[in-house]
Amino acid sequence: MIYFDKVSKHYNNRNSIAIEDVTFQVAPREFVSIVGHSGAGKTTLLKMLIAEDRPTAGQVFFESLDVHQIPRTKLPKYRRKIGTVFQDFKLLSHKTAFENIAFAMEANGRSDEEIEENVPQALALVDLEPKAWNFPWELSGGEKQRVAIARAIVNQPDIIIADEPTGNLDPIATYEVVQILKKINDLGTTVIMTTHNKGVIDELGRRVITMDEGRIVRDDVEGTYSL
Amino acid sequence: MLTSFKRVMKAGFVGFWRNAFVSISAIFVMVVTLFVVGSVMMVDKLLGAALENVQSQVDINVYMAVEAEESDIMQLKTILQALPEVREIVYTSREDALQSFTERYRGDETIMRGLEEIGENPLRASLSIRAFQTGQYQGIDSFLREQRATEDLQNPLIDELNFPRNQEAIDRLTAIIGAVENFSFVAMIVLVIASVLITFNTIRLAIYTTRDEISVMRLVGASNSFIRGPFMLQGIMYGVVAGVIALAMMYPIIVSIGPQTEMFFGFNLYNYFVNDFVNIFLILVGSGVALGLVSSVSAVARYLKV
Repeated sequence: MIYFDKVSKHYNNRNSIAIEDVTFQVAPREFVSIVGHSGAGKTTLLKMLIAEDRPTAGQVFFESLDVHQIPRTKLPKYRRKIGTVFQDFKLLSHKTAFENIAFAMEANGRSDEEIEENVPQALALVDLEPKAWNFPWELSGGEKQRVAIARAIVNQPDIIIADEPTGNLDPIATYEVVQILKKINDLGTTVIMTTHNKGVIDELGRRVITMDEGRIVRDDVEGTYSL
Repeated sequence: MLTSFKRVMKAGFVGFWRNAFVSISAIFVMVVTLFVVGSVMMVDKLLGAALENVQSQVDINVYMAVEAEESDIMQLKTILQALPEVREIVYTSREDALQSFTERYRGDETIMRGLEEIGENPLRASLSIRAFQTGQYQGIDSFLREQRATEDLQNPLIDELNFPRNQEAIDRLTAIIGAVENFSFVAMIVLVIASVLITFNTIRLAIYTTRDEISVMRLVGASNSFIRGPFMLQGIMYGVVAGVIALAMMYPIIVSIGPQTEMFFGFNLYNYFVNDFVNIFLILVGSGVALGLVSSVSAVARYLKV
């Protein structure tokens, strides 16, 4: 489903290497964790996938589509196939939880009826129905991240990308967020997550790709966190 | 398409209310700009009216000799009329002059008695000549002087030309008004440019605070026009609100100085404001809308690059 073919990314000169000769693929319905130290190239990898960043060499495919050949005007449509979750949540601060989730659907051109129907479902999936009309500053870190996940899944994307989704959360919130991601994966959505958190990886027991200095050093089907 | 448009409109209005502080500061700066633009229009109109007023009072009066025949005067009038500089010639016969003289001094017995003692009409017929532009009087004056030089000294037609007496004052006044108009024009251009730049920067700053949000919108797959739309609508709303406020601020000022402008410039600014209100409204609100729109589009454009 996703295929990275000998992808490299250098900044400014060859001395500053973000990722180097990375090749791997992700099958549909997989739950893949990417682990590694800060600066190992995890986030760069995800940015390539959503066409926020271009590789210096190599190609990234989404199904049969070469991601970096997509014309600029078609990018919004491509990005709608991918739900994104970030460490810092990236919610729209002047919109309520409900509106944040609805916005992703509006941007997608979905009808008001669909929005009225799907947003509460997404909120129910992350267990946040009572907070639908709260603004982000009225929510805890874990609640904000759950809103962000609801927003990522509401358009039924083919794949969820989560970049350090638990990085800012306490252990309980971390557990809840990982459980939700697992549930989403069980419902059939591919999940790619980067993390630092050993507990999360060991608890998941799914595929782990380990990166170091821009290269893939391990790729285990049922991996644990080992650096 | 229609749903998107509806959503963009709604997002624009909601953004306008929820970012009230930003909206207020942008509107405030734009009110100042538009107030300056409006004042430029008013002052320009006043100075133009003042210049026209002074110029319309300028003319050459040619006083004919008491003995001059009316047919000779008419002949001179026809010659003068043929000059390209001449716009209008008003002939006042001796009888007309006497009539307006007696009307003016009816209440003044001394003068009326003096007039009676003279017995006959002592007043001269005259031609009042008006040119198209003040600069053309010199030419008309020279022409009349040449005309007088060729006349029979025993039996002259032209008795007196009054232009040389006013000439200096008229020239000076014209120069002063011209200079004031030029100066005020330059000063206002500078003011307008300054306020436009401030408005532009205020709106850019306002949008700078939402740059993170714009990146989020792009990440959830919003198209550029969908992101830009609400900001454009907000820019338009800033312009409309600021234009209306600027007009509302100008109104009491213009009401209070209306009578003075009538006295001073012979031009009632209040009447102009009321009669031409639709134009003034369209110019002010239109420039506000254009300013808001251009500022927000250019500000958002920076954050829409992939």
